[in-house]
Amino acid sequence: MSPPQATGAGTVRQPTRRNTELGLLILGFAIGTYALFNTTWATGSTGVSSELWIALAVLSIVGVLGHLAVRRWAPYAEPIMLPTAYLLNFLGLVMIYRLDIAEAQRASENGSPEPTPAVQGQLMWTIVGILLLALTFIVVKDHRKLQRYTYISLVLGVILLLLPLAPGIGKTINGATLWISIGGLTFQPAELAKIVLTVFLAGYLVTKKESLAIVRTRVLGIPMPRPRDLGPLLLGWLLALAVIAFEQEIGTAVIFFGLFITLLYIATQRRGWLILGLALAILGTVLAYVAFAHVRTRFEIWLDPFQYASDQGYQIVQSLYGLANGGVLGTGWGQGYPQLVPFANSDFILASFGEELGLTGLMAILLLFAILVERGYRTAVACRDVFGRLLAAGLATVFALQIFVVAGGVTKLIPMTGLTTPFMSAGGSALIANWLMVGLLLRISDVTRRPDPLVSSPDDQLTSVARL
Amino acid sequence: MSELALTLLRLGFLALLWVGVFTTLSVLRRDLRAPREARPMAVQVSGSSPSAGQPAKRTKSRKGQRLVVTEGPLSGTVVPLGSTPITIGRAPDSTLVLDDDYASTNHARVYPAGGDWIVEDLNSTNGTWLGNTRITRPTVLPVAVDLRVGKTVMQVRK
Repeated sequence: MSPPQATGAGTVRQPTRRNTELGLLILGFAIGTYALFNTTWATGSTGVSSELWIALAVLSIVGVLGHLAVRRWAPYAEPIMLPTAYLLNFLGLVMIYRLDIAEAQRASENGSPEPTPAVQGQLMWTIVGILLLALTFIVVKDHRKLQRYTYISLVLGVILLLLPLAPGIGKTINGATLWISIGGLTFQPAELAKIVLTVFLAGYLVTKKESLAIVRTRVLGIPMPRPRDLGPLLLGWLLALAVIAFEQEIGTAVIFFGLFITLLYIATQRRGWLILGLALAILGTVLAYVAFAHVRTRFEIWLDPFQYASDQGYQIVQSLYGLANGGVLGTGWGQGYPQLVPFANSDFILASFGEELGLTGLMAILLLFAILVERGYRTAVACRDVFGRLLAAGLATVFALQIFVVAGGVTKLIPMTGLTTPFMSAGGSALIANWLMVGLLLRISDVTRRPDPLVSSPDDQLTSVARL
Repeated sequence: MSELALTLLRLGFLALLWVGVFTTLSVLRRDLRAPREARPMAVQVSGSSPSAGQPAKRTKSRKGQRLVVTEGPLSGTVVPLGSTPITIGRAPDSTLVLDDDYASTNHARVYPAGGDWIVEDLNSTNGTWLGNTRITRPTVLPVAVDLRVGKTVMQVRK
């Protein structure tokens, strides 16, 4: 396998790993295609409809587009993130398609009108996502330039986060005010706010990390930051509480506050921030529990879901039954009853996978997520500038926290918070935000691994050289 | 479709999914074993096209050399030394971007000449130190000698 790029004399050729990436993409396409046909056969569809071939054609084009975009605009990026994200996206699409079939069957049994399938929309958003990945490469030529927009990012992030509260465009769906609706198109601005606020935090901490790492007092031998440096942390905490209070949304708040603490810790390497952050998180949880009924309900359901099995606890109880039904090897694609869980194709898509693919399949999926997160942190470690390090670590942290919160919620390890599973859940805003994040991570990786351009000036050889 | 066929399909999918996971992991492991993210092409041995030999040959004497940061906030970072100059400083477009009040925007430059690496101070405020000597003119940078820029110490290693 020879690297494709021809390099001019003078530059050192660096392995680009693009062919490895293509190989992994093809493997991902094969796995997804298998899942799709397996689903079609198992659900008893006779023959393979032309729509299926169109979907496969679109997905292969999506893969090729993603690969070509990286090859053209980020040739030195690491080879694993794109195929992993692609496979997760593909599997998510197959599961959404599978649940569409179940919904259609249920509707025809009840004699109600056929529901609109969700998979077409998701496929369209996948195309948009991959195009945005390419656009990220074109617009962000060098991630270090993003540092200029530190404070603009802060303003933009807070606006995006609070936009659903604006009268007129804000929209409440299923109790959470997380959406904006413009001309019939709904969007979750908080998904984009994640990226923008990560850019802000990274840029802010580059300049402030020295002072934030200063230690005055020690509590139980652990260095604590100075009280006057607590401002930003408290601000982030209040913002998270505001999201819980006014948008009735816990998951987003958890992600933001978790991101904040993690980046503070990574930037300053002071455990004091972790302890302070944890203390504030506990305090915030207690406050939210006492003050808001919707938070209290979540906790009560979590502690004893079977007591509420027929009303508020129905979702998590069905999810647990589904996981139990799946067992170790799962029921197989199209053989289980994941559609019994409300929001099976978005918030609870991991439960759907757990039922149909069993523990074996769910572990594989979680491992794929772990690989994605590892690649993010790896990019951060290898990066040669502090801003890039913090940005990559922040984006990886967002993925990690989100998967933890979702998987923990679905399996009743922690209270359910209603977040999307990256790349898998039905929902356009989340999907394109995830592709943008992968785009940024690949850009950072590309800049890090790219050999330096030849910048020697002609007088180099003429300068007299002293030997020590 | 028969029950048996569906069971085989189901197990087949799980097997294929894990093949995907393990393939990804094996690629990842290869990446981890590499000295760091970036390494000169010359290090890669098997199956490279003949044209790959051309630029690699010129850098043969410095093959595989790296600039390793041993002290400071970027400690542990490795910059592969190819045949192109690298810049050190606070400027965001430097090869090694230092976030250090004691470093200048464009602090120093390391470039190849003959078979050696030359370090040149770019009129920095606090100077570039090789061992205990502040360098005043382009100086040969020997292997395993401390090069200090602000709070950062680095060495050339084989």
